[in-house]
Amino acid sequence: MMPEVEINNQLMRLNLGPSHPATHGTLRIFVKLDGEFVEEMKLEIGYLHRCFEKMSETHTWTQVIPFTDRLNYCSALMNNVGYVMAVEKLLGVTITKRCERIRVLLCELSRIVDHLVCIGTNAVDVGALSCFWYFFRERENIYDLFEAACGARLTTSYTRIGGLMSDLPDGWIDWCKKIVKQLPRTLDDVDGLLTHNRIWIERTKGVVKISKERAIDYGFTGPCLRACGVDYDIRKVHPYYDYDKFDFKVPIESEGDTYARYLVRMAEMRESLKIIDQALEDIPDGEVNISDWSIVLPPKEAVYNSIEGLMAHFKLIMQGIKTPVGEVYSYTEAANGELGFFVSSNGEGRPYRVRVRPPCFAIYQAFPEMCHRQTVSDVVAGLGSLNIVAGELDR
Amino acid sequence: MSGRSLRSRSYLWPIFIGMWITARHLFFNLFHMRCLPTIQYPEQRRNYSPRFRGLHILTVKQNGDIRCTACMLCATACPAACIHITADEHPDPNVEKYPREFNIDMLRCVFCGMCEEACPVDAIRMGPGYELAGFDRNDFIYTKDDLVKNGNNTLSHVTHH
Repeated sequence: MMPEVEINNQLMRLNLGPSHPATHGTLRIFVKLDGEFVEEMKLEIGYLHRCFEKMSETHTWTQVIPFTDRLNYCSALMNNVGYVMAVEKLLGVTITKRCERIRVLLCELSRIVDHLVCIGTNAVDVGALSCFWYFFRERENIYDLFEAACGARLTTSYTRIGGLMSDLPDGWIDWCKKIVKQLPRTLDDVDGLLTHNRIWIERTKGVVKISKERAIDYGFTGPCLRACGVDYDIRKVHPYYDYDKFDFKVPIESEGDTYARYLVRMAEMRESLKIIDQALEDIPDGEVNISDWSIVLPPKEAVYNSIEGLMAHFKLIMQGIKTPVGEVYSYTEAANGELGFFVSSNGEGRPYRVRVRPPCFAIYQAFPEMCHRQTVSDVVAGLGSLNIVAGELDR
Repeated sequence: MSGRSLRSRSYLWPIFIGMWITARHLFFNLFHMRCLPTIQYPEQRRNYSPRFRGLHILTVKQNGDIRCTACMLCATACPAACIHITADEHPDPNVEKYPREFNIDMLRCVFCGMCEEACPVDAIRMGPGYELAGFDRNDFIYTKDDLVKNGNNTLSHVTHH
């Protein structure tokens, strides 16, 4: 006679993370498993909390720019642009056309880099390694471009309030054209590897799904919202930096699952390439910085050779930019969605309060609902496609 | 999967396409080894642009004295508070002030380049050096001499006034 075996049908508790290769950062996901299926999920964030908002209150407006690099480190330039846009709105200054165009160009390159990283790592999570290699080769090239312009590959700190750190170096535009020309081929390669591949489709279709209504309720923005079928892109709805003059489409999918998010990101990269092509066509000549020495540092020639320049230089660095009393919320379409900066000033050279609205935060809070009754491996596939960046989530 | 085309319903065709793409990359890379994106690091080095923000350099005058006048602007502009300067009277009466100590804590530094931007006498620059390693935390506190030495090795790469 067989001995009676007691089957343990209790739910199993399991920690995914905080340091798990598939969490892309330090995210702790606490799951209750019924066999392979997720019954309940709790998220714990804050492992990468660096006091960005509090630290901004003790630094001048300009000194906050390097901190913004570390928010979404996959596309640091977009955070730089988002932050300085908020401060410029507070100051009420209009930047030069050349500066606007360069910012658009770099933002779109950053968007491509962000999507390359997102799709590449998402594919690695579900076991497709070659896409990652092909994408990271392109990412390397774009980072070379960033490094030539900003002096750093990842932590760019390129923008300054009222302009840029410096103009683009000579020959940069042609180099950029050359690199951008290679990109569609890589996208075609990965398209060929994944888009019609039944293994990839079955692995991602219907996985970590969210409905249109729930996505709106949670405050989704960016590719994750557009994958649910909502036509919302800040570049189209509230255009900034002449985005309304560029000819590009906003890719929409209706499923709201991992596969739809993949398709949206792939299509968005091609649209970004269109914007880059148009932006590269005619970059306006002229200065990149505005000429107000109370906002932008005077040129080095003026600092070395004139007392006015030297005084303005000292005053600006020691006291910071004097902003009018007030509060401003400014938002841009970052790679993950709406990246908002709320800045409040009490008239001093440093912010009274800086608040970031990271796109990940709204998306990540829907994750337990999206993962209900999904398998553990689907959680990993879904997490990669949401592109949760811990630096931005925890700030 | 019923609504999908035969092309996406069958495993074979996408696998063939995938194999074709990866094989193309494999053979291209085999015959064009020079185009490989991988760098054999210690032997081969990446060429950085002149704007690269690496280890700091303290520039020197023609007589070998450092240009820094200890005005503290770099220390003020530094968002990471990693520059520590102790100013002193210079023994030469023609020179007003100089830094007796000029220490940069490289472990705190975020390499944002704001010190370089803030310097009114072109005394501090971000150099091309990027290899930062040590056995002790104290190894990462670069003194005045270390920073000048950074420039000795590398200033040929930057235009010198």
